[in-house]
Amino acid sequence: MANFYNDNKDLKFHLSHPLMKKIVSLKEKDFVDSAKFDYAPVDFEDAMDSYEKTLEIVGEICGDVIDPNAESVDKEGPQLINNEVVYARGTQQNHEVLTKAGLIGMSLPRMYDGLNFPMVPYVMAAELVSRADAGFANIWGLQDCAETMHEFASEELKAEFLPRFAKGATAAMVLTEPDAGSDLQAVQLKGKQISASYDKDTDTYFLNGVKRFITNGDADISLVLARSEEDTADARGLSLFVYDREHKAVKIRRIENKLGIKGSPTCEMVFTNAPAKLVGDRKMGLIKYVMSLMNSARLGIGAQSVGLGEAAYREAVKYAKERVQFGKAIIEFPAVYEMLRMMDVKNKAMRTLLYETARYVDVYKAYTFISEDRPLTAEERQESKKYQKVADVFTPLLKLVSSEYANSIAYDSLQIHGGAGFMKDFPIERIYRDARITSIYEGTSQLQVVAAIRGVSTGAYLSRIQEFDAEKVMPELEYLKKMLQDMTSEYQKMVDLVNEKKDPEYLDFHARRLVEMAGNIIMGYLLLQDTVRDEEFKITTELFIRNGRSENKQKADYIMNSEIKDLGIFKFQN
Amino acid sequence: MKALKIIVLAKQVPDTRNVGKDAMKADGTVNRAALAAIFNPEDLNALELALQLKDQVKGSSLTILTMGPGRAAEVIREGLYRGADHGILLTDRKFAGSDTLATSYALAQTIDKMKPYDVVFAGRQAIDGDTAQVGPQVAEKLNLPQITYAEEIVNVKSNEILIKRRLDRGVEVVSSSFPVLITVHSSAPDCRPRNAKLLMKYKHAKTVTEIQDMSEDYLDIFQNRSYLKIEEWSVNDIVVDEEALGLGGSPTKVKKIENVVFKAKESKKLTPLDEDIDMLMKELIENHTIG
Repeated sequence: MANFYNDNKDLKFHLSHPLMKKIVSLKEKDFVDSAKFDYAPVDFEDAMDSYEKTLEIVGEICGDVIDPNAESVDKEGPQLINNEVVYARGTQQNHEVLTKAGLIGMSLPRMYDGLNFPMVPYVMAAELVSRADAGFANIWGLQDCAETMHEFASEELKAEFLPRFAKGATAAMVLTEPDAGSDLQAVQLKGKQISASYDKDTDTYFLNGVKRFITNGDADISLVLARSEEDTADARGLSLFVYDREHKAVKIRRIENKLGIKGSPTCEMVFTNAPAKLVGDRKMGLIKYVMSLMNSARLGIGAQSVGLGEAAYREAVKYAKERVQFGKAIIEFPAVYEMLRMMDVKNKAMRTLLYETARYVDVYKAYTFISEDRPLTAEERQESKKYQKVADVFTPLLKLVSSEYANSIAYDSLQIHGGAGFMKDFPIERIYRDARITSIYEGTSQLQVVAAIRGVSTGAYLSRIQEFDAEKVMPELEYLKKMLQDMTSEYQKMVDLVNEKKDPEYLDFHARRLVEMAGNIIMGYLLLQDTVRDEEFKITTELFIRNGRSENKQKADYIMNSEIKDLGIFKFQN
Repeated sequence: MKALKIIVLAKQVPDTRNVGKDAMKADGTVNRAALAAIFNPEDLNALELALQLKDQVKGSSLTILTMGPGRAAEVIREGLYRGADHGILLTDRKFAGSDTLATSYALAQTIDKMKPYDVVFAGRQAIDGDTAQVGPQVAEKLNLPQITYAEEIVNVKSNEILIKRRLDRGVEVVSSSFPVLITVHSSAPDCRPRNAKLLMKYKHAKTVTEIQDMSEDYLDIFQNRSYLKIEEWSVNDIVVDEEALGLGGSPTKVKKIENVVFKAKESKKLTPLDEDIDMLMKELIENHTIG
């Protein structure tokens, strides 16, 4: 009877952001689909109402099916039987119910039986599913692959593969190899083009090699990164292929035994002359398509992290209210209530960053698809570029901050549970294990910093911060803005200080500190904007900014007192 | 085999599963304002079996029939979101105060008007009255064979349907010819979720009365999308003896409603030993608490 959408009013708040008007009108292109499809909206209000009602379905399924299944799924896990991955029974039920509810292929256009949802409601659904079961969220969330095919595959491939998602096809993105983790350029898997005489219309490639750590490795549809160009060793020799499980040319060698997200099968796959089709153009596999896939996957980890944080926080509140020590519920003790409040503040901060980033992605992606139908005007091109640029620097920041927050909230929630939390008796034990992967996969936190530091060095964060600062706030909120302005000038000083040294390694050394300083300011402004729309966010905003200010001061102090020669102190010596 | 015409009887009921302290009014009647109006749970099980039958027999159609006030149209929309094709709201002030006899009479006359049909599904009972009488009474009035306590459709053939029934001490598989009325038990599968596309398609579905009360925003979509009109039938649409309807046609009179508060009168302390547990089990089975 639980509904994970209706029981959290912050979701409706973020869904109803003013920018949605623009996003919906770009995505629905003047509502042309309403003449062709009986489920297409006729205007903005109708579209928003559809998003909300659909999220109510998601929320109900999360509360009534996925969350109650999470414990048994974690315990049972997937199994490898006769070279096939068999999901835990709860996983099967989750997938079946979501398929029946029409919630696979949510972002695909209607011509492929999708719902044509923008990223914002789709990401929100991902947050809900993650709160119910973060491991299952991976299996459900791999419908992202459909979006990548939609963006880059040929019309024939799209017509062949995309409508299968609405019928419940599962997907996998098959990138990692035993020797290539974050360094995807090292991918070897060979795709050799066979003679065109085999089939003149469809040139088929055959894949050979081993892939490792593949989430949902035995999926119906796999997007595989493989080396198509002989005698190459770098990113430009890699192409993206789509492999159909029907060919049965892949052996699943093993399912990994993991710390967390145990319901999500992580597979080692052996490709032996596996027939596959080229997605898009050759040599663009890594440099264009996988980069795009990774960006949406990172947004997905943002949603997963927010969902985990929400779940962990709710478990902590429930336990702290029930647990009595020294004659009162432990929620009455400052040590506990401060922890709880800051968990909630972090949740709200990462959530506002999540939906802000999703909106940027929505705007520029919508323009990308419009540009396939007609040339964009100069103004539209400029706007699309602007949003893409800011999405590119916000995505790694989101992934970094949210995954670290999810871990810290899960840690604190387990701490509030005390010894009981260390046992398998409460969900927090599973949530804690599940959260751990978020700061590792789809690029570790350390790699997110490498991507995000561009936002620092190009000034992209600063210029977005200045745009935020130009927006008006009520007089009674000015003091918060003043605090953020002070934090911004401190940040600028630190960026200058580090840049003055003109030493790349020194910049790398302080990169995370600088990125996190920018992150605190950005989330502070976003929460301030939320407060302008709804004053209930005021306390959260003030607490976040006060905490962020002291964190930034600590980082600034550290930077001011560090020299290039200090790096040597840290270097590993035998 | 030939397509089937399926009817599902559904009722909107107050949610009596989560009863708070203001669930009853001082006069002992249900405080409907304090309880959410929901799709009667076993009617959802009935809808699921009906949808499964529709999935099995290609080309079949499914109509939801509900009797109630105007707001009961919500039950029909909920059915459409899950895969029903049509809905009929039977509504008239003259039905007010109907007991199971008057209700089953009105429903039977409506179903008779919907001829030809093959299968009528209904939930075993509604959670507001818990009588389990309406389904069987409708079957009797229409002179239909009836299968009660259905749990599963075992098989369907061109002239026969096989149903597994859930009984107190086991299960039983029975068969019937068409047309047939089947009441469905809560042990049948849960109803499938609302489907996002169907929800978006049918969320504007309205009865004539609801359309009249609407703001003008979406009025034009009813012109192009005829499936959005939910049929609304009144006494005038069916052949009935009006004296057999509503309060006048209802011999059942509620004499008194008591608010029963369970209190432990005596308590026994049991040890976790086999003989004590055995004794407890026997006692629970004897007084029909379990088994």
